[in-house]
Amino acid sequence: MKRALIWLILILGTVVFLYPFLWMVSATFKPEMEIPSFGLLPSSITLASYEQVFAKIPILRSLLNSLVVSISITASVLFFGSMVGYALSRLRFRGREVMVMVILFTMMIPFQLTMIPLYILMVKLHWTDTYLALIVPGMMSGFGILLFRQFFKSVPQALIDAARMDGLSDLQILFRIIWPLSRPVLITVGIITFMNSWNDVLWPLIVIRDQSIMTMPQMVTIFAVSGMAEAQLGVKLAAATLLALPVIIAYAFFQRYFIESLASTGLKG
Amino acid sequence: MKVERKIAGNRSSRTGFLLSLPYWAWFAFFMAWPLLFSLVLVFHEWDIYTPMRWVGLGNFVRLFQDDLFWQAILNTLYFLVIHIPLQIGLALLFAVLLNEKIRARGFFRAAYFMPVVVSGIVISLLWQQLFSYENGILNLLLARAGLARIPWLTSPEWAMPSVALMATWKNVGLYIILFLAGLQNIPAWLYEAAGIDGATAWQKFRHITLPMLNPAVIMVLILSTIGGFSLFIEPYVLTGGGPMNRTLSAMLYIYKQAFYFNRMGYAATLGFFFAFIILAVVLVQRKVVEQEALE
Repeated sequence: MKRALIWLILILGTVVFLYPFLWMVSATFKPEMEIPSFGLLPSSITLASYEQVFAKIPILRSLLNSLVVSISITASVLFFGSMVGYALSRLRFRGREVMVMVILFTMMIPFQLTMIPLYILMVKLHWTDTYLALIVPGMMSGFGILLFRQFFKSVPQALIDAARMDGLSDLQILFRIIWPLSRPVLITVGIITFMNSWNDVLWPLIVIRDQSIMTMPQMVTIFAVSGMAEAQLGVKLAAATLLALPVIIAYAFFQRYFIESLASTGLKG
Repeated sequence: MKVERKIAGNRSSRTGFLLSLPYWAWFAFFMAWPLLFSLVLVFHEWDIYTPMRWVGLGNFVRLFQDDLFWQAILNTLYFLVIHIPLQIGLALLFAVLLNEKIRARGFFRAAYFMPVVVSGIVISLLWQQLFSYENGILNLLLARAGLARIPWLTSPEWAMPSVALMATWKNVGLYIILFLAGLQNIPAWLYEAAGIDGATAWQKFRHITLPMLNPAVIMVLILSTIGGFSLFIEPYVLTGGGPMNRTLSAMLYIYKQAFYFNRMGYAATLGFFFAFIILAVVLVQRKVVEQEALE
């Protein structure tokens, strides 16, 4: 009896969390008239919604922009973040303790505070409507650095001493010895950085007005809000589905990593 | 040997410094400068294109007399009052159920977590359809059950609760995982000892489970508060801040002042105040929750 009740609630929850996504995907294949209904199966399957999305906005171009931006940011956060994390955990240098405090301090600063001055900086540097505005401010992550520092502390000192005896430099030690041992933290920082950057809309809306530089979430937002979709539900949902697809596919394959990464940051952050 | 160690020490100190330089460069440009410049901005009126005009405390005076500023704070508090209890309640329920020994636990976890990874703009576009008054799925369900339709996004009373409902649906998966991790960290002997002392199920829950979940509760409070003040894409897409400014969020208001009206000084002042409110609320919550745990 108790078991049955537990199952009932859990399955009800699954319907509540998953059905809207199924409904959304099925709606994009329905004729416009049939979208406002609860069912999933259309009387006939049509690709009209997708054809309109591709005809009206350069969605593939925006997909490419998003990939360039998110991959650059993720690569930079992994590369520079692990360098700084290595220095903080393994080397002695002037200002090390100050740096940890500064990083903790910056992590407490809400974006509301720096958003406007940061936009003005972009204007003054003439970076608006360029990839630079989308990428450069996101190239460092205090949070990533601290995760790397924490993880690198657990690497045995003997390993590093041995590598040093073999004449490896610090950078070689970091990338040849420590990186291969650090898959979990690299995956965690990588997934979180990529996801945050991929899903961000506010910053692109602020610094990009030129359609050819827009990221995919921004393009879809503007498409849906500006009236370009002409209040057609199917077309809006098709754009949303295209935007969700890469993340959902990645999630389907790596869901364990997604869940563990986000949960671990929730606990530590 | 001693000489060697000294050389190694010197070398690592220089490399360490060099490796830390990229961070300092980033910090100087994208953190320190904006912070300092925001202190300049709050005393000026500026549209970026014409020269700055010093207004002294003008922006602060204006802010305290600005009905929309207070409205944005009220809206956010209203959002949090609905969002936080709903989230804690649901997360607790599902975490406790998932903590039982059942099959397909991994599947349920993954299903509840799905909205967490999907972009807020997708969620907003999807829920815009679910919330639609005439043809939305939610109202179709209500109508089929013989109930009255709800003006989810079109009435000033319902708009913010609707946004809170949607935000809960999107985020609760993360908290289910956090609560579940918390539950699994509670040693079984605590319950056994309490059972021997004759504690009821409710007493065990109240005096063992809840206190042990404290870190997870603090997490929900802090992340939800920051999230509430950072709501942007949801009202931007769903309501544009309306009806009657009832879903105008802190972030949306800063955005509107800066990019619809070109008031950079005032927008920065708003950002300044909202940031302090966030920090204050988070600190108070922390204190209160920690106090509760001690009692």
